[in-house]
Amino acid sequence: MTLDHPVALAPADRAVQLLGGDLTEKALRLHLDGLSGVDAVGLEQRAAGLSTRSIKTSSKAWALDTIIRTCDLTSLEGADTPGTIRSLVAKAVTPDATDPETPRVAAVCVYGDMVPYAVEALGSLHAAGGESGIQVAAVATAFPSGRASLAVKLADTREAVAAGADEIDMVIDRGAFLSGRFGLVFDQIVAVKEACERPDGSVAHLKVILETGELQTYDNVKRASWLAILAGADFIKTSTGKVSPAATLPVTLLMLEVIRDWHRLTGEQIGMKPAGGIRSSKDAVRYLVTVAETVGEDWLTPQLWRFGASSLLNDVLLQRQKLRTGHYSGPDYVTVN
Amino acid sequence: MGFLEYAPAPESAAILNLKSEYGLFIDGEFVDGRGEVFDTISPATEEVIASLAQADEKDVDRAVAAARRSYEKVWSRMSGSDRGKYLFRIARLVQERSRELAVAEALDNGKPIRETRDVDVPLVAAWFFYYAGWADKLEYAGLGPNPRSLGVAAQVIPWNFPLLMLAWKIAPALAAGNTVVIKPAETTSLTAMLFAEILQQAELPPGVVNIVTGPGSTGQALVTHGDVNKVAFTGSTGVGRMIARSVAGTSKKLTLELGGKAANIVFDDAPMDQAIEGIVNGIFFNQGHVCCAGSRLLVQENVHDEVIDRLKQRLSTLRMGDPLDKNTDIGAINSAAQLERIRTLSDVGEEEGAERWTADCVIPDKGFWFAPTIFTQVSPAHRIAREEIFGPVLSVITFRTPAEAIAKANNTPYGLSAGIWTEKGSRMLALADQLRAGVIWANTFNRFDPSSPFGGYKESGYGREGGRHGLAAYLESSGWDAAGSSSASRAVTSGAPKTSAPKNSAPKKQRKATQKAVAK
Repeated sequence: MTLDHPVALAPADRAVQLLGGDLTEKALRLHLDGLSGVDAVGLEQRAAGLSTRSIKTSSKAWALDTIIRTCDLTSLEGADTPGTIRSLVAKAVTPDATDPETPRVAAVCVYGDMVPYAVEALGSLHAAGGESGIQVAAVATAFPSGRASLAVKLADTREAVAAGADEIDMVIDRGAFLSGRFGLVFDQIVAVKEACERPDGSVAHLKVILETGELQTYDNVKRASWLAILAGADFIKTSTGKVSPAATLPVTLLMLEVIRDWHRLTGEQIGMKPAGGIRSSKDAVRYLVTVAETVGEDWLTPQLWRFGASSLLNDVLLQRQKLRTGHYSGPDYVTVN
Repeated sequence: MGFLEYAPAPESAAILNLKSEYGLFIDGEFVDGRGEVFDTISPATEEVIASLAQADEKDVDRAVAAARRSYEKVWSRMSGSDRGKYLFRIARLVQERSRELAVAEALDNGKPIRETRDVDVPLVAAWFFYYAGWADKLEYAGLGPNPRSLGVAAQVIPWNFPLLMLAWKIAPALAAGNTVVIKPAETTSLTAMLFAEILQQAELPPGVVNIVTGPGSTGQALVTHGDVNKVAFTGSTGVGRMIARSVAGTSKKLTLELGGKAANIVFDDAPMDQAIEGIVNGIFFNQGHVCCAGSRLLVQENVHDEVIDRLKQRLSTLRMGDPLDKNTDIGAINSAAQLERIRTLSDVGEEEGAERWTADCVIPDKGFWFAPTIFTQVSPAHRIAREEIFGPVLSVITFRTPAEAIAKANNTPYGLSAGIWTEKGSRMLALADQLRAGVIWANTFNRFDPSSPFGGYKESGYGREGGRHGLAAYLESSGWDAAGSSSASRAVTSGAPKTSAPKNSAPKKQRKATQKAVAK
């Protein structure tokens, strides 16, 4: 280590609070390097243990509804059109036409240029950051790779917010993270967070995607989670869904442990969003169990917990129909979007 | 009601097809015992499950005679590969009936179904599979060419892992060519009776395994019997000492796996969340009824408060209750007597000045229960730091340097196991080298594998179970001491004519069972 001139970082509130007023890259690095390590075998063993919980009857019914209520119904395809987005919104509004009691999903998650169509299709059901209705989340910052200049990333973000996005799902610069330029990653998150501000002073919620499949090690996931929270993330999110592996239970457990530690330290609640690869109800219920037993069931609300998924919803609806009617129907009894 | 109060998810006991009465299993048949009949109860409800026969000296004599006959006429003459076939068959039947065995064990022992289903029963099958593979490879066991079996093995097992301890004892003994008379613990004989049915299903030749049930006196009659060649015991150090005394001066070989007071050592650079899991798993797994339990937590002073704080938070998520509920983490204490011992020692802990913390659990009305408990401010002189409590009670002691950790960890008459939690590999290895314990876990705890030898230093016993080393307890070298030992029981060598080999195909009963399963 050399005695370089310390590189000052953008003074994000949380980081200043934890690391001190003269926020430097070195202070951030010392904090991240000082975190206790993660034993991969032990972490995976704990996740496997949580997977054996048996959720039945009334607990299962509640869990299925909670999965729907906390779902970011997602379409992130190069082939998306205004039509497919309208169809996505229709599904978000009425997940199961055979049962009007079915809850609505938390949000639709689309590319930035599709935001106007989503907002239009939602009409009066657009929650616009409020408690009722459906939010519009937009991926931004050169999703999924994040390989663009900061100016482009910020423009991408501002445009989505201006078009009516309530939530921004940004990606971190994994290249910078893996090469140890924590300050760069940090400053970019802070800048994107600023770009989430609207002219009226309100702010779009920021979800920070770590792309854990590219970070590779659990130690990296832990550091990146702390970094994102310190820089101002409202949510931390596992993956873009474009890289394999996407969300896994051990990675989600680890990120939840960081969220729990932040809460122990400051009393502040950070949200969590696993995304990609969660396709079955059974799998999703394991995530709910992991949340409840790691950070507490307070987190199982759309304000603090989301599933990023596209095909999960229909499996949950089938399970829900089964609980309601006592028999399994089939894929033709739930709608495609 | 919150989500965390998961709706009941009980495993159905209806899968069991229990008899109301069980006899002794001698010479391949269930026979009446001569002693009084006694009940086995569910420690979670105190309800009677079945009644069992008590074997007296004459019953034991009959069982040993059956084992002797079958040793001399059948088992020791059989080729290793044929013995292996029987063991493989037993392993497969254990797997086929795993759900049933898991339910019976949870019911009879009080431990949660999650553990019997995910730990006990899979390990039982693994043990038989592992030693089945050894049966025809004994010359590679490290004892020279043609190692010889010992004869009849008398085995006495504890109540904490009833079926698993049975497997630890029977599998290597049979693989090595010995026959067995085994006595399960008085409070947990039920799965041994189901295992006897499996032996019948496997068409194991009569007399190769005999099971006698009863109290301590039955065990005493067994280990002191004049015609046994080998005594293997797992249980308390007190009883182990008595057995060692009674075997002294005889030609019987002896292995003892006794008590422990393991140190689980947590350094400040440990992977913290996994260490917390390891502490929980170390002492609260199986209600702490584990001889290798990490009952002394040695934690580095600078992280003591944080560790204890996190540990308490984690313990408050443990679920205590119905052992048959699939979400239960902590089951019932096995017996009223054991509960009394745990209570007494915990009270002593408080009287001696340690600070007691107990997890907030709803204690069911009936049955034997003890909520997870932590003692802090424990000094190495306290009784709760020295005596084996054998319950869900953790004694926390601090240290400042690695040298102090080693000194405190080794400062016990026991030496069965130890745990080390650090991210620093060199420290892990240096410590493992200096800890006087038979099993050392690094960044994990209470992990078992049939290929890994298990056993103690000092008052934790002698001999090893598991792995290649476990075979040495049931074999002797034919080359190295050929001159000295030629007693009748050891005269039969592997060169003798082979008899009664099992057919290559599965036995009829098993074939039928398999077809039925497919038809479903």
